Amino acid sequence: MNAPKVVVVGSGPAGTRCAETLALAGLRPIVIDENSNNGGQIYRRQPENFVRTYSQLYGSESDKAAAVHSDFDSIRDKIDYRSDTLAWAVSENTLFAAERGRSVEIPFDALVLCTGASERVMPTLGWNYAGNYSLGGAQIALKSQGCAIGSNIVFMGTGPLLYLVASQYIKAGANVAAVLDTSTVWDSLAALPKLLAMPSMLWTGLGLIKTIRAARVPIVHGVQPLEITGSGDAGVNAVTYRDKRGHAHTLECDAVALGYHLRSETQLADLAGCAFSFDRRSRQWIADIDDKSRGAANVYMAGDGARIRGADAAEVSGRLTALTLLLDLGYAVDEKEIKRLRSLHARYERFANGVTRAFPWPIEHVRNLPNDAIVCRCEAVSVGELRDASRGKQADEINRAKAFSRVGMGRCQGRFCGIAAAEIIADATQTPLAEVGRIRSQAPVRPLPIAVEQ
Amino acid sequence: MNGARFTRLAEQDRQTVTFFVNGQAIEALEGDTLLVAILAAKDHVRQSEFGDGNRAGFCLMGSCQDCWVTSESGERIKACSTRIVAEMRIVTETVNLK
Ligand SMILES: Cc1cc2nc3c(=O)[nH]c(=O)nc-3n(C[C@H](O)[C@@H](O)[C@H](O)COP(=O)(O)OP(=O)(O)OC[C@H]3O[C@@H](n4cnc5c(N)ncnc54)[C@H](O)[C@@H]3O)c2cc1C
Ligand code: FES
Repeated sequence: MNAPKVVVVGSGPAGTRCAETLALAGLRPIVIDENSNNGGQIYRRQPENFVRTYSQLYGSESDKAAAVHSDFDSIRDKIDYRSDTLAWAVSENTLFAAERGRSVEIPFDALVLCTGASERVMPTLGWNYAGNYSLGGAQIALKSQGCAIGSNIVFMGTGPLLYLVASQYIKAGANVAAVLDTSTVWDSLAALPKLLAMPSMLWTGLGLIKTIRAARVPIVHGVQPLEITGSGDAGVNAVTYRDKRGHAHTLECDAVALGYHLRSETQLADLAGCAFSFDRRSRQWIADIDDKSRGAANVYMAGDGARIRGADAAEVSGRLTALTLLLDLGYAVDEKEIKRLRSLHARYERFANGVTRAFPWPIEHVRNLPNDAIVCRCEAVSVGELRDASRGKQADEINRAKAFSRVGMGRCQGRFCGIAAAEIIADATQTPLAEVGRIRSQAPVRPLPIAVEQ
Repeated sequence: MNGARFTRLAEQDRQTVTFFVNGQAIEALEGDTLLVAILAAKDHVRQSEFGDGNRAGFCLMGSCQDCWVTSESGERIKACSTRIVAEMRIVTETVNLK
């Protein structure tokens, strides 16, 4: 029997641990990542000619970053690693990829999707101006390029990344005008019992707040973002928000970093035939995964691409998924190890549920967005146009509303507007959010460079 | 054209690389992405096709597609996911066709 062909998409913490476990069992997995380097989002590597140390780059997580990088390096000759390779479609046991300008078809016996997460964003009036960036984008500018997104920056949204990236900017010497959080202090208190599942992580989080406060940067809880002002020519010049007492405030700035926690990158899973269910806790659609981490017959999922559980959980989930896959393929596996990893993962899960509770998606703010706010940045569709299209055409299902309004039809395929658009349609048509559905994924999952040879 | 959008905070002792935006020579640093190279000198990389003004990218991770620029020879390039190369010639002032 030939060794089974396993393809792992993603070389972040989940993909790294998955590939490592498969390689140590004697398989030679193909590992694909569209980035030029391994490490994923959290342990993103800087270009070779940069000289910052691990502790400068990854702070409290530097030992883990170093371990993930060096363990990946040590299996390089046992895996078939293809960087700069975008997996853009899946069908019938074949993965379609664009490998450095060349189109390739990769047959597989099993596929493991470790595709990670991207930002969940709430639109705000004026978020289409130049100078608005996702929080993750702001972090990438700093981590992999040593740059700040502006010279006076407002951080607005909610979630752990809001505090993490703001504190990283402060440590790097950037000028941070304020951290504006839509969540309230009550949200954090309500989440506390679950957050205590991982005291060390809670401690790290409190450390971030300390760093921000020590720099005398104001942290405001319970805000309602009103407007990002500016001009089409010069971009952002200020942020206006309402505080919890109802007073409006304006802060001058030349850049805004926006983000409301994360969403799983699930397009490939969708194309591979995985089923999805609506998750009430996070108000998102998540892939149905069985107890073997399978989303479809031979399609496995691990890390934040399956469930938003954070980087440490992603490592555990990558290992666990590899072990259950090996078991399915008939390899002998240490079942005790599977048990141990499962119970560790359950603790991370409890903590992650606490994070979701502490930083809720601001439903009311989304539903109350003004008509003139842009909801889809790709196609410049306004909230009013979306409301009209969904009411007028009775389009209470998102793919129908998409056809009428062009929301989600643009180049990002609804990655950055789909969640907010569904909320607005649900409100405009008085439909339960779960019934509005989710935008169907289409190949290619990201636009291909035109130069890709067929 | 207005000033720089991005501020360099670290890693500034790198070799410089000269490239061209709308015919004007600009110095970037080796290891920059094309997006950073442009925004360390200018405040946008393209105009929205829908008339709502200039754009300067959003996600920096290849997902949002807001940073496409065009080379003088007409090739479309995703600026946040492309490493700067000396002598690259970029146009940011034409309306991108989809
Ligand atoms: C921008 C951003 C920044 C973050 N920063 C932090 C942080 O500093 N600290 C923290 O604790 N958490 C952070 N997170 C949360 C983060 O997701 C971690 O929990 C962790 O990185 C998850 O690991 P993962 O392996 O599941 O996914 P990731 O680390 O996201 O890795 C996924 C990998 O898959 C690749 N990929 C995805 N789709 C394709 C495709 N179609 N073709 C080819 N390759 C593909 C990506 O390039 C990426 O390298 C961040 C999230 C985002 C979106
Ligand atoms: S900035 Fe989002 S794809 Fe380049």
